[in-house]
Amino acid sequence: MAIKKVQRKFGFWERTYIPEVLKGLRLTARHLFRNLFIHMAHQFGLAKHLRGGETYQYPDERRPLFARLRTLHRLTRREDGSPRCVACMMCETVCPADCIYIVGGEHPNPQIEKYPVRFDIDLGLCVFCGYCVEACPEDAIRMDTGILEFSSYSREGMIYDLEKLLSYSRRQETGDRSQESGVRRQETGVRSHREVLNVKPET
Amino acid sequence: MDYLIDLTKALFIFNVVMGFMFILTWMERKQSALMQDRIGANRADIFGLRLLGLFHPIADAIKMLTKEDFIPPSGNRLLHTLAPMMALFFALISFAVIPFGGIYQLGEYTISLQLLDINVGILYVFATMSMGIYGFVLAGWSSGNNYSLLGGLRASSQMISYEITMGATIIGLLMIYGTLSLQEMNQAQGELLWGWIPQWGIILQPLGFVLFATAVMAETKRVPFDIPEGESEIIGYFVEYSGMKFGMFYSTDFVETVLAAALIATLFFGGWQVPFLYSDMQLDHLGKEGPPGFHFPGDTVISLSEVSVMALQVGAFLVKVFFFLFIMMLIRWTLPRFRWDQLMRLGWTIMLPLSIANILVTGLLILWIES
Repeated sequence: MAIKKVQRKFGFWERTYIPEVLKGLRLTARHLFRNLFIHMAHQFGLAKHLRGGETYQYPDERRPLFARLRTLHRLTRREDGSPRCVACMMCETVCPADCIYIVGGEHPNPQIEKYPVRFDIDLGLCVFCGYCVEACPEDAIRMDTGILEFSSYSREGMIYDLEKLLSYSRRQETGDRSQESGVRRQETGVRSHREVLNVKPET
Repeated sequence: MDYLIDLTKALFIFNVVMGFMFILTWMERKQSALMQDRIGANRADIFGLRLLGLFHPIADAIKMLTKEDFIPPSGNRLLHTLAPMMALFFALISFAVIPFGGIYQLGEYTISLQLLDINVGILYVFATMSMGIYGFVLAGWSSGNNYSLLGGLRASSQMISYEITMGATIIGLLMIYGTLSLQEMNQAQGELLWGWIPQWGIILQPLGFVLFATAVMAETKRVPFDIPEGESEIIGYFVEYSGMKFGMFYSTDFVETVLAAALIATLFFGGWQVPFLYSDMQLDHLGKEGPPGFHFPGDTVISLSEVSVMALQVGAFLVKVFFFLFIMMLIRWTLPRFRWDQLMRLGWTIMLPLSIANILVTGLLILWIES
């Protein structure tokens, strides 16, 4: 690959650093005072629509989740409350991390044939690819709980069994949040790097 | 009584410096956070009271004091322990000659708000700063680690390079004010140029100010001149330090930043001078009549008591120091760090010739004005 060498030309003032340093200081100082002003206004209950920082105060304030985000698995139920899973082993077969373990049993209803006696997911191994959800012919496994925090002090604790997976439900907040970050960006008036550097998008 | 006054002054200086250092660790977190659109450290609390993260310096201190103090087996036990103490000691004693107020007539006492009025003044600061280098070099050498040795070497070469510029830059000021004593220099900065401009160093030596500010920032060893510490590499003189010894190096940085701000304020921004505000002693010095207070050009006089003049001037000095701390913090969180060769090139081929040219031009101007 050919390397294109770009010779940058600096004028006298650029080589003294001083005006350029001052420009940089002006940029950072503008952010500083803007945020300082917003934080002070917040203390008096003003300008609540503006955010003083781009960051989220994590445990107090959570990022909006995207609608299609793959979160902790759950097993869905039939109308009578029994698991929809028919122990067809599709998910166990497709799983690239080999983290699903299913033991099938014979269902009393002859139309259902099988049901899972055991259904374990080792979340310590799971790579959250979502193949199990795609593979499932019965819509029995989903990854829409919205739960991101699950941890344990032992490896065994990361293995979730049938009972536990059945106990979760779909997350409450729904709707498309894919535009969220874009909206926030406009509100805060933070410009993209293209605007700041005055770079034209390549056509 | 004299001892008591000296002790009070020493305690005042020590507490103010340590207070600034404390605030700086908080400011570094909060200011950088606001500059980068973040919130900054705010989790340390006492009984649920967070106070904008003001408890973080306390949490820091507790953490530093309770951490394991590790001395590498190949290191030198004595020197390894001595090095941070030396660094911090010499940084702290530099403040002895910095005047934080003028000379005041309070009752029967004449009080000069400066701990040590020695006639070598500014040279004493340079001497202690150079002695401080020993702390860093010793730290690098006694750790028994080649990386920290390299860091120590970098520290010594950087500080020597920039100290030359620093020394050469203030010669212009010394020629103008004709004294080495910082208190006398500050007195002289209260005089007026053409009857209305205070004779501050920045007005007489603008180039000198830029050079001095750069050099003194290099002395504090913080970004953009943080090559001796190399937080983003592993080559730093304190890589083998932990616990409160590391904490001492860390606070040395901040104490030196306060020192740098105090020096800039003292030399170039009139120190404790408030424009047109004069105490009794200073009116005598300038040959003016009237009570202490504001003497604006055009014979407008607002008279104040000597104590309030003192309070205003000490306050002005602290505000100036704080302002320069703020500016330095702003620079530290704005500019990227220099590469080693860029740093040396800047020091030796740009700043040193410029500072010598500054001496020459200042000398010629003085000759021209006097003749």
